[in-house]
Amino acid sequence: MAEQAAIRHELAANLTVQQIKQLERRSRRESLGRAWYKFSRNPLSIVGVATVALVVLLAIFAPWVTPYPKHAGAFTDFAHAKIPPSLEHPFGTDQIGRDVLTRIIFGLRSSLLMGVVVLALVVPPGVLLGLLAGYYQGTWIDTVIMRVTDIFLSVPPLILALAVASVLKPNLWNGMMAVSLMWWPWYTRLVYGLGVALRNEYFVSAAEVTGASTAHIIFREILPNTISPILTKMSLDVAWVIIIGSMLSFVGLGVQPPEPSLGTMVADGSRYLPDQWWIAVFPALAIVVVVLGFNLLGDGVRDMFAAEEI
Amino acid sequence: MSADILTVTDLKKYFVIGQSGLLKREPITVKAVDGVSFAVREGETFGLVGESGSGKSTVAYTVVGMYRPTAGTITFRGQNPFANKTRPLALKKEIQIVYQDPGSSLNPRRSIKEIIELPLRIHRPDENRIEQVVRLLEMVELPPDYMYKYPRMLGGGEKQMVAIARALATNPSFVILDEPTSALDVSIQGKIINLLIRLQKEFHLSYLFITHDLSLMRNVASRVAIMYLGKICEVAETAEFFRNPYHPYTQMLLSSIPVVSEEEEKLKPQKIISTGEIPSPVNIPSGCSFHLRCPARMDICSRVDPVMIEVEKGHTVRCHLYARASESIPPSEQ
Amino acid sequence: MTVPPLVEIKNLHVHFSVYGGQLKVLDGVNFVMRSGEKVGLVGETGCGKTTTMKAILRVLPMPPARIPQGEIYFKGRDILKMSEGELAQIRGRGISMIFQDPTAALNPVFSIGEQLEAVIRYSSDQKKPLSPQEVHQRAIASLQEVALADPERLLRSYPIQLSGGMRQRVCIGMALATGPELLIADEPGTSLDVTIQDQILRLLRKLVEEKNTSIILITHTLGIVREMTDRVYVMYAGNMVEVAATKELFASPQHPYTRGLMDAVPRLTGGGVSDGIPGRIPNYLNPPPGCRFHPRCPQAIEICRREKPPTYKLSEAHEVACFLYADNGKGTQSS
Repeated sequence: MAEQAAIRHELAANLTVQQIKQLERRSRRESLGRAWYKFSRNPLSIVGVATVALVVLLAIFAPWVTPYPKHAGAFTDFAHAKIPPSLEHPFGTDQIGRDVLTRIIFGLRSSLLMGVVVLALVVPPGVLLGLLAGYYQGTWIDTVIMRVTDIFLSVPPLILALAVASVLKPNLWNGMMAVSLMWWPWYTRLVYGLGVALRNEYFVSAAEVTGASTAHIIFREILPNTISPILTKMSLDVAWVIIIGSMLSFVGLGVQPPEPSLGTMVADGSRYLPDQWWIAVFPALAIVVVVLGFNLLGDGVRDMFAAEEI
Repeated sequence: MSADILTVTDLKKYFVIGQSGLLKREPITVKAVDGVSFAVREGETFGLVGESGSGKSTVAYTVVGMYRPTAGTITFRGQNPFANKTRPLALKKEIQIVYQDPGSSLNPRRSIKEIIELPLRIHRPDENRIEQVVRLLEMVELPPDYMYKYPRMLGGGEKQMVAIARALATNPSFVILDEPTSALDVSIQGKIINLLIRLQKEFHLSYLFITHDLSLMRNVASRVAIMYLGKICEVAETAEFFRNPYHPYTQMLLSSIPVVSEEEEKLKPQKIISTGEIPSPVNIPSGCSFHLRCPARMDICSRVDPVMIEVEKGHTVRCHLYARASESIPPSEQ
Repeated sequence: MTVPPLVEIKNLHVHFSVYGGQLKVLDGVNFVMRSGEKVGLVGETGCGKTTTMKAILRVLPMPPARIPQGEIYFKGRDILKMSEGELAQIRGRGISMIFQDPTAALNPVFSIGEQLEAVIRYSSDQKKPLSPQEVHQRAIASLQEVALADPERLLRSYPIQLSGGMRQRVCIGMALATGPELLIADEPGTSLDVTIQDQILRLLRKLVEEKNTSIILITHTLGIVREMTDRVYVMYAGNMVEVAATKELFASPQHPYTRGLMDAVPRLTGGGVSDGIPGRIPNYLNPPPGCRFHPRCPQAIEICRREKPPTYKLSEAHEVACFLYADNGKGTQSS
């Protein structure tokens, strides 16, 4: 008996040394390959991921890739104001002579920053509350969390953001805080629905009847199964946050001049429509492209996590 | 005869599923289990057979502790598992369950190792876990490198083997098998069943085997109980049960089974054919709940719910036909 | 041959494109049935039964599905070469289908009457449209046929108000309302309880016999095949491995797979259960070479690993695709 146990132990130990890593690597590689296959089956997903990658790279390397990095700040050159698109200024210049292309690329920075920061602020608490309410479905915990969530959901989001931004000093950070305040309930709702369904899965019952702790069930059994829908929602939400951020900037409550922001640029440029159309149209197009890119990416992510057809 | 390991006495489990009426709100209850009594002996396989809505799974889930009984008692080796608000860990160790669909009973995001490790972590924290996982996999005839696989990489039969390994990880003495093969192909079923029988002998396990498949029951159970709409209507030793089915519902059930040979055809009660629908458990008929579908229905059946009568030694039936137990007529002579 | 068979499938291959390549699901399926026959198609989950039937109705999703090879004839006309218009006619009055899960087969937001009457309207002769009264009468008649009481009220009710057994009856009524020549029944009643399933199967058998409808019954339950059919095809991993008259097949199954399947069925007479068939259905991405069953076959010989077995004729109606019978008769190469 002891000998057999020793052999078994060795068997297991041998496995741990080389084969485990190999097995784990192989299974990970296969999962990745399968995920990419499902993602890339729709060509639009590739367009989405390419757009997003390009936008992110442009934003990161803005000072080096833009033709007139100085134009991103408080710069004026009235001699070259309102020049239509030309080789020197592909998207023209604005009312005080700054290169529109340069400012769009710098404007991407605040848009992306907003998307990333808002989601980072919103997802963890939203998910946690959703998990708790879902697990304790039907108890007072569920009632308290979900009714508070409902209250937040019933406040018109833009108005809440405007209110917060107008009470506090209007700037990018307060704008982000405002957007975050109205965004978390969506994640709570999403995870709550998933959690209620998962809670009744037999693998949860199996863990319960064997004596697993509540923390184990919530974080080890339920949470891993909610990751894919959360990621899908996040990739689609980046686009929404960027739109809201642009709206806040448009009405003057987001990024403050001379810092470039797509929303502010559209707002300022709209005064020169239709004659100097390029000042407003190109930043607007940039918003469209970024939002579309993230939406296509999100659709791809959703396909990636979808069940196999066969 | 060995001692009883589990005794269930007059077990009732009602679920409130809603309310009726606008002003006078009265709860709508489903009487999923309505007065069930049986005992499982040490080392035996007690088969609980029924169709959907019969309450057989509710009995199982109550015994394992997923539900608290509405009324009645459950005794496991002299202990009442529901004595305290939460079930003691020692009892969770003793009573384990294998669910019907391994696709939903194994967490798709956890590796086989993590799945089997959980009960070990809780109940046997001092032992070498990797070694135990290997031993358990070996026990259910799976190679050790399956540890690092995920449920989706396994076939249905293999997944069910993992579920069995997980149930046995706590070293239980009593295992509830809730239709362990009904989600699997018949070509795989045999292997699982024979594995379960082998493990039962090896570890002296007692099984409560829940199924809707009477043919399967014939081959695995030592005793069989038939449930219909929350109540047990017949209990007997397996061989006796199939030789002499008394209850009209049992006979209807037997006559409905599709079989593959002439010899089996002869065992089916020929005169009874299945009629009627299974009533909703929200609206259980008065008197004997089977009377609406019963070919041998009498006046009394719609009014009085029959009681269990022992018609032969160890063979009990809940039916007015056999009310005068001493002079009961065997079904073949009706 | 003056009268062509009702259905004839010749060397049908169906592939699905997935991650990693092509799933070669059907691998040269051959199938013939005459008008009026009751044919069973048995095999494990994932053996290609449903794919074959979907191919007959041409309802496979393409892509990912693809038919690189093969012909399917319905009364002598190649279904794979038909126009959508011709196909619509065949689907309406030629072939009907009953599904395993009656709940999924009925649309929950339309009443039974709306769904049943729509089926009757669409499948009637478009040149001589039926009056609303006629449609209604036919709907009532088809519900009475499936032994449902109070058809008038039933037509007004919604699927959720019916029990599983009643829904399956409605589905059968709907499938037969158009007077099809062929009924494909995919695991009818298997999702129902055994006493209800028994009623459904008896009803189905009575109706197809009365109307002389041909039926293909797809199932993995051997007992159902035995009670319902005249002839059985046994399918394994995209191949027809054995075909025989039902009585003969149950009396003397020949293919090792069929034998394994029969042995695996628990018997009411007791005596324990056999271990079944070792292993599992192959991965269709890289199916085993030669006979696809050889890795699980207790009697596999050298040639099974290399070559795909042709079909050997054991008697008039009994054919087996297995090298064990190579001496037994004149093998007819199947692909």
